[in-house]
Amino acid sequence: MSDILNAISVAFSLILNLDADLFHIVRLSLRISLTAVAVATIFSLPVGAALAVYRFPGRGVVLVIFNALMGLPPVVVGLVVYLLLSRSGPLGMLGLLFTPGAMVIAQAILVAPIVTVLVQRAVSGPWATYGDALLVDGTSRLRAIPELLAMSGAGLLTALLAGFGRAIAEVGAILIVGGNIAGVTRTMTTAIALETSKGNLPLALGLGMILIALSIGISAAAFILASRRVQP
Amino acid sequence: MISLTRRAIQLSLLARALLASLPVNAQAPYITVASTTSTEQSGLFGHLLPAFTTRTGIEVRVVAVGTGQALEIGERGDCDVVFVHDTASELKFVADGFGIDRHQVMYNDFVLVGPKSDPAKVGAGHDIVVAFHKIAEAKAPFVSRGDDSGTDKAEKRLWQEAAVDVKTASGTWYRDTGSGMGPALNTASALDAYVLSDRGTWLSFQNRRGLEIMVEGDRRLFNQYGVMLINPAKHLSIKQELGRQFIDWLVSSEGQQTIASYTINGQQLFFPNASPGS
Repeated sequence: MSDILNAISVAFSLILNLDADLFHIVRLSLRISLTAVAVATIFSLPVGAALAVYRFPGRGVVLVIFNALMGLPPVVVGLVVYLLLSRSGPLGMLGLLFTPGAMVIAQAILVAPIVTVLVQRAVSGPWATYGDALLVDGTSRLRAIPELLAMSGAGLLTALLAGFGRAIAEVGAILIVGGNIAGVTRTMTTAIALETSKGNLPLALGLGMILIALSIGISAAAFILASRRVQP
Repeated sequence: MISLTRRAIQLSLLARALLASLPVNAQAPYITVASTTSTEQSGLFGHLLPAFTTRTGIEVRVVAVGTGQALEIGERGDCDVVFVHDTASELKFVADGFGIDRHQVMYNDFVLVGPKSDPAKVGAGHDIVVAFHKIAEAKAPFVSRGDDSGTDKAEKRLWQEAAVDVKTASGTWYRDTGSGMGPALNTASALDAYVLSDRGTWLSFQNRRGLEIMVEGDRRLFNQYGVMLINPAKHLSIKQELGRQFIDWLVSSEGQQTIASYTINGQQLFFPNASPGS
């Protein structure tokens, strides 16, 4: 019990002292994970919506694969991205290994299946309800997608938050491709792993509490923004 | 079809802009150094690297892993310099043409750490091989790094000298954890087990619970650190000028004094002994 109380006091003293290192890693964590979600969304929004709207041979197989990929092991994704971005790998000339860019790529790969599947589910509802009406009106399936996406606001928000949750909590992949370099690629989760290694358990748990508080804050902010948009 | 292609191009441009917006500190010259958890987690780098950066303006980015993985990162050309502690594998690395300009930099030593209760009765000994024998005989729990790090390799050599076959004992009293020094110490403190640690990590480790040093001071526990440049002939991306400056500084009298001046609770952790290596 004293361990946990200790961690709470460590967390508060870090925040109250405006610890510069803490703010740096919090900002880096947010930038990397939000960018990863944005990159994944660029892929997942159209693909997820298309999977809801179009019927084609092999659609079931694609859906099964995307659902399975939601459980991609981060450490495997990290290893594959590492081998791709390594100087000895096919994309080595980009020089991205051990940079935040590499971490964004790894997290985007982890996030994309989750957002794709949840977007597909979110759009399936309105499509079942209004799809026929839209097609009767002469709207093509492609043109119906933006309207359907607009109708599935809450579902899309859940998809994005689930993707963000996966990214911000993940440590296995970014540890491998980022290298946990102090001041460059050290994020909340890799810092927690490092402090645990040093046996500095109160600091590790304190950082963990800040990370959870941060996730709650983001989620709350997203819901408030979304509800404002619904009732102007 | 054309509009789809155009949209794909727009999206890829957007993605590139997003990636570029991330901070990469491109302005400061930097090198990447693959090193070991012992140098990073003992706090040595936090003391040493700012002094080098102040002197030269070169930022040093450290990827702290086990010696085996650090050499692998170097072999693939993903760092400029490796700074590790396993002389045998370092010499092989140079002989294989992956590393050049190897220098020995400093040493510290390994210590056998164990629970106060000392079930194998090895306490206060000075012969590490005898102690390993007793642990095996008593089947007392022993936590191994098992991660091909410098410490792991040193530990395996000691078991060999003690003529104990740890492969067959693995899973019983011998616990191969495949983890870094800190996690291995965490495991040992939770299991009341023996563990071989480098002194630096042990001194800075904060979750000791019932653990204390059992055996130290044996000549076979000597732990030499070496530094070398990745061979630029193998990888064009190696920043050889910057990397050489770092190595030269480490073995210079200023670098050596900075290493010697790092202490925890008044105890010196690393002892400089630079001289041309291989």
